Amino acid sequence: MNNRPAAFLLPILLALSAPASALEINQGTMLANSCAACHGTHGKSPGAIPAINGKPAAFIIQSMKDFQSGARPATVMGRHALGYSDEEIKLIAEHFASQQ
Amino acid sequence: MDIKNRRQFLKLLAASGLASTGFNPISALAMSSKASAHVVIIGGGFGGATCAKYLNMFDPSLSITIIEPSKQFVTCPFSNMVLSGLQNIDSISHGYQAHIKRGINVVHDVVKQIDAEKKQLQLSAGKSLKYDKLVLSPGIDFKWDEVEGMTAADAEKIPHAWKAGSQTTILQRQLAGMRNGGTFLLAPPPNPFRCPPGPYERISMVANYLKQHKPKSKILVLDAKNKFSKQPLFMQGWKKLYPGMIEWVAADKGGRVDQVDVKNRTLHTELGDAHKADVINFIPPQKAGAIAHTAGLVNDDGWCPVNQRSFKADGQQDIHIIGDASIAGKMPKSGFAANSQGKVCAAAIVSELRGKTMPEPSYVNTCYSLVSPDYGISVAAVYRYSKEKGIYKVKGSGGVSPKQADADYRKHEARYAKGWYDSITFDSFG
Repeated sequence: MNNRPAAFLLPILLALSAPASALEINQGTMLANSCAACHGTHGKSPGAIPAINGKPAAFIIQSMKDFQSGARPATVMGRHALGYSDEEIKLIAEHFASQQ
Repeated sequence: MDIKNRRQFLKLLAASGLASTGFNPISALAMSSKASAHVVIIGGGFGGATCAKYLNMFDPSLSITIIEPSKQFVTCPFSNMVLSGLQNIDSISHGYQAHIKRGINVVHDVVKQIDAEKKQLQLSAGKSLKYDKLVLSPGIDFKWDEVEGMTAADAEKIPHAWKAGSQTTILQRQLAGMRNGGTFLLAPPPNPFRCPPGPYERISMVANYLKQHKPKSKILVLDAKNKFSKQPLFMQGWKKLYPGMIEWVAADKGGRVDQVDVKNRTLHTELGDAHKADVINFIPPQKAGAIAHTAGLVNDDGWCPVNQRSFKADGQQDIHIIGDASIAGKMPKSGFAANSQGKVCAAAIVSELRGKTMPEPSYVNTCYSLVSPDYGISVAAVYRYSKEKGIYKVKGSGGVSPKQADADYRKHEARYAKGWYDSITFDSFG
């Protein structure tokens, strides 16, 4: 082991370089972070607004489309949903589906 | 692995002699972020607290310091519930325990000056602090020099209550002590100012209190503007819930106040009228928080021009400004907007430290207002950035609550207003 320190260290360094709690900066998080002010950090709402963490992506996508069309009655979500494209909704849905 | 363990690990690494083998642990660490980078945030409100939390979430290896004079942040949102006696001040006060638990340093001090060249802050009592990146989230200050007859010290007698805390308590006591049949006079400020629907929610919640406890009283509103946020919705609610109680005077119709007579508790308007009242809530014209002025980061109007994608202050390499103090395109000055901007700013800083391009930002705002505790209305929008337009509203998105909505809808929005408060305070301070 002493002869090959890098081989020993590499897994540790990799673990260090991506701590489990680090939130990746990608297009999905840039969009989804703006949902957190009402739905809570990572979608974990502590109050009256529904939590959306861990919800299936297909469910979130369908909900957003139904908010857009008005098929699902809402107060503020109809007005928010119209601000996102299909592709953006998919990224948001996948982000929250992956939050436990 | 927390910062302490990480330091110990680096020490071990150095002690093992590996650091001298040409293997550079720093560059391999922390997703190529500068492991030693120190980000300092001035102001622990919605903008600063959110930015600190998300910086830590994006890159736990960053060293982050919040400088905030108060041990507890008292939110302006829901302070109108405190004014009207429906909540106590503790219910809108938030500490920094969660930030400290994350490893974020919270220093209760005041920044006297910023040395952008040396990247150093001067704190009180001769202390100083170095930074690699600086975020200002200083909120608002008042243009007292534009108010005839009143100084900052007079706010003890004629409170603005536009920074929540002791000012909220002063106004709450004055309202509680007012006689039945008295006049509550509120003077909203000119644009731009913190929380555009705020004065009108305050009028609503004061009316709600008076209706129950002092029903012979009146509310007079002398407005520095000719129209205001969610005006048709507020006026509809006032007519329905508080008929005959509220008189709103537009700026051009005699609403513009040009002098405050503190001693006689009277406001004089530019048309020459004098309005004496039992309680006066005069909200002065506003500008960016003091430190932005001291550091010369403001324009002629007293607000901070920034790159609206990164919130980098104009002409600065390492200083960002978010929240009410910044000029953020179409976004209003609100706690929600500051929270949204704090996240974008955190992503911009971490991306830059890693030498990467930040993905396209998205911003959002929702302002709930209570017309009564179970009658809520809202305005919302989704925003994007373009080089030509800055922060603009996404076409088709947003808007206000419908004018034709039933009591159930208003009740839902009141419930969601409280739900929003629980979520945003958790997202910012939790």
